[in-house]
Amino acid sequence: MSDTEQHGATPALELSHIAKAFGAVIALTNGTLRLERTSIHALVGENGAGKSTLVKIIAGLYQRDAGDLLLDGELVDFRSTAEAKAAGIAVIYQEPTLFPDLSVTENIFMGRQPRGALGVIDRRAMRTEALALFDRLGVRIDPDRPTLGLSIADQQIIEIAKAISLDARVLIMDEPTAALSGVEVERLFAVSRSLRDEGRAILFISHRFDEVFDLCDTVTVMRDGAYIATSPIESTTVEEIVRQMVGRDVTTLFPKLEAEIGHDVLVVEGLTRPGVFSDVSFTVRSGEIVALAGLVGAGRSEIARAIFGVDSYSAGTVTLNGDLLRRNDPASAMRAGLALVPEDRRQQGLVLESSVARNATLAIRRTLAKFGLITDGLENASARIWASRLEVKTSALDTEVGTLSGGNQQKVVLAKWLATDPKVLIIDEPTRGIDVGTKAEVHRLLSELAQQGLAILMISSELPEVLGMADRVLVVHEGRITADVPRAEATAESVMFAATHSEAAA
Amino acid sequence: MNPVLQRLTRFVTARETGILLALVIVVAITTIVNPRFLFSGDGFRDLLLTPSILLLVAVGQAIVIITRNVDLSVGSVLGLSAYLTGRVFIDLPWLPWPAVFLIGILFGGLLGLLNGALVAFAKVPSLVITLGTLYAFRGINVLWTGSDRINASDMPTDFLALGTSALAGIPYLTILAIVVLVIAGWFLRTQRAGRELYAIGSDPSAAHLYGLKVTQRTLAAFVVCGALAGLGGVLYAARYGTVNSQAGSGWELDAVGAAVIGGVAIFGGSGTVWGAAIGAYLLLTISRALPVVGVPDFWQGAVVGALILGAIVLDRLLALRTARRLRDVHARERKEVTS
Repeated sequence: MSDTEQHGATPALELSHIAKAFGAVIALTNGTLRLERTSIHALVGENGAGKSTLVKIIAGLYQRDAGDLLLDGELVDFRSTAEAKAAGIAVIYQEPTLFPDLSVTENIFMGRQPRGALGVIDRRAMRTEALALFDRLGVRIDPDRPTLGLSIADQQIIEIAKAISLDARVLIMDEPTAALSGVEVERLFAVSRSLRDEGRAILFISHRFDEVFDLCDTVTVMRDGAYIATSPIESTTVEEIVRQMVGRDVTTLFPKLEAEIGHDVLVVEGLTRPGVFSDVSFTVRSGEIVALAGLVGAGRSEIARAIFGVDSYSAGTVTLNGDLLRRNDPASAMRAGLALVPEDRRQQGLVLESSVARNATLAIRRTLAKFGLITDGLENASARIWASRLEVKTSALDTEVGTLSGGNQQKVVLAKWLATDPKVLIIDEPTRGIDVGTKAEVHRLLSELAQQGLAILMISSELPEVLGMADRVLVVHEGRITADVPRAEATAESVMFAATHSEAAA
Repeated sequence: MNPVLQRLTRFVTARETGILLALVIVVAITTIVNPRFLFSGDGFRDLLLTPSILLLVAVGQAIVIITRNVDLSVGSVLGLSAYLTGRVFIDLPWLPWPAVFLIGILFGGLLGLLNGALVAFAKVPSLVITLGTLYAFRGINVLWTGSDRINASDMPTDFLALGTSALAGIPYLTILAIVVLVIAGWFLRTQRAGRELYAIGSDPSAAHLYGLKVTQRTLAAFVVCGALAGLGGVLYAARYGTVNSQAGSGWELDAVGAAVIGGVAIFGGSGTVWGAAIGAYLLLTISRALPVVGVPDFWQGAVVGALILGAIVLDRLLALRTARRLRDVHARERKEVTS
């Protein structure tokens, strides 16, 4: 630790009290982070804790509203990603950002290719340098092939090669291991360690605690857009970090109504889609709210889409009230009584330019039509019932949906599906992007619907919502259900632990 | 593999070579039917001369398409520039005639700047913007020209001679077009800015994340495209001697067609100006060859259409094959690494 203390006065990168809001949505209130040289620093936090926003501010993609960003002790302002890069900060995003049509070599050196006379790019020098980089990383990738068709792992290697060739002082990796296999993770770690030993500062964002403890020397926890704590890795534990990640009052947020739980409605057995999810089995009973918890990318939305028939699956069955649903056939799933409220309601759930009435009756157009025609009167009559039941706050039914608040938009989507008289409601991130006041209302609605006998499958990344609303919590980790926790036993710690631990699967 | 062989392999497998081969076949067949198509002074000259102006416009179009944009206004820019050239000769007779080249290029570049600025700053797809300016520019042209037209007698004979005469059997227009083509090809291949155009077209959002000057480069591509269409307008006046308000209408589709036939991917990121140039030659040569081999006029549009569809299908097949090959190679390499 003496080494760190030597550099203690000027860390490679220091952020203090960074704040950032997007319109009314506050993404960061207190982004604080201190990256030392010769160190691999982990940044952990729940989905939506503000990690990615923080990274994008460091990268120069977003501009901070307040706070200080110091590079080698000097205050800096990056107005573009190019400026941050020039200052020696390399960022590897969750999704590699390569140019598929261009060669591997060109991807590494784009914008700063070695040049000869007349500014002509020296392709031979560039290629030699690329080969040297790959040698150093111990990988074999053809430098002349286009990056199209490379695996995520190799794309990430190219991103790392890019960062090394930049001679970056600060290297930021945003969930680099999410798509990697065991061998590939090992290779990445070996490279990371050797980069650290050269004196670089590395920030490693991950949800996998085993990796954090394996690789990093320091860990910083964020929650709700704010800094919580930084500790040396040897003086903390998984339990401690989880407590810091979720530590907040979750008891009184959502008053859940008691519902009578009845017979099995939705039965999913052995559902498998290779590479996405495997052997997913569970049941949802009438009156029951079952939450699918887990990290973003664990495969929850994909499971929902497969059940509804939007995506296909290779094995397994879905039955609704005893009737087998055909795979890949959303129309028959809807007829059977399944409804899906997607995560991205603006893209997938609503026609933003159309009226509230039209949107609310979108899913029942066939039954609503008289002699094949739908009149405004028919639309309004049907929409009015649901709009009032769900308390959609709008002056008129012909208001454009795009102008409503997030909460009211969500209610219109709900109205649309409830009008089909479903037996099972699958709802993906019911309160994402909705302000706190309206959130409670959406929860009240869901609770009431369950009381009326609807079976609800809720996907949520917000732990308080999961714990507050669900009768049962199914935790998905890397495409498998790794825990089935009844309401009484569900705690933030137990759910978070199952969501982040691969061992729980075994 | 030795370097010569490597170069040869690359040449034979290049997308452009196939189009060149098609061009050679078309010329060969037509020449067999009527030897005058190639083996006569006029025949040889026309073969080179006719597509020269389209070549310039197609090169500009290809540069824009490489950035995942399109410029549909090039025909209208060419028309305006051609009429402007005539007006300059009538209204400013004291100006030395080579100055019209500069005027045409600057004027076209300015219209290109307008297109580029609308696309880059208003964030509206270029298809829509340039469809608008296609009609707007043509409207201005009609308003300005009315039923007037520029005749050969309005222009200096030296200037007109440039449009038809040749140096050692090669028309001046063709020489000029090839010079522009070589410079554009060289720039796109060897300069950082040129490579960045490909990067931008390949994945615009990655280019943004990467910190490339997306706006600036896109703007520049439109300026170059406009300037080349402007130059094309000057040459149009020299070549045909008469300019009315409809000069160059429909050229935008020929230019896009030439680029697509030549292997420039319509979604950007790949293709070369060489391909677009050969595409321009193939497109216009086929149009000229069809009557010679006895295909009635009204089939010509259909043949050109079939050519474009064929080129797109071919590109798609090649892309699928390449993707599969790359995946397989990759899988094999990974197996070797892990085992």
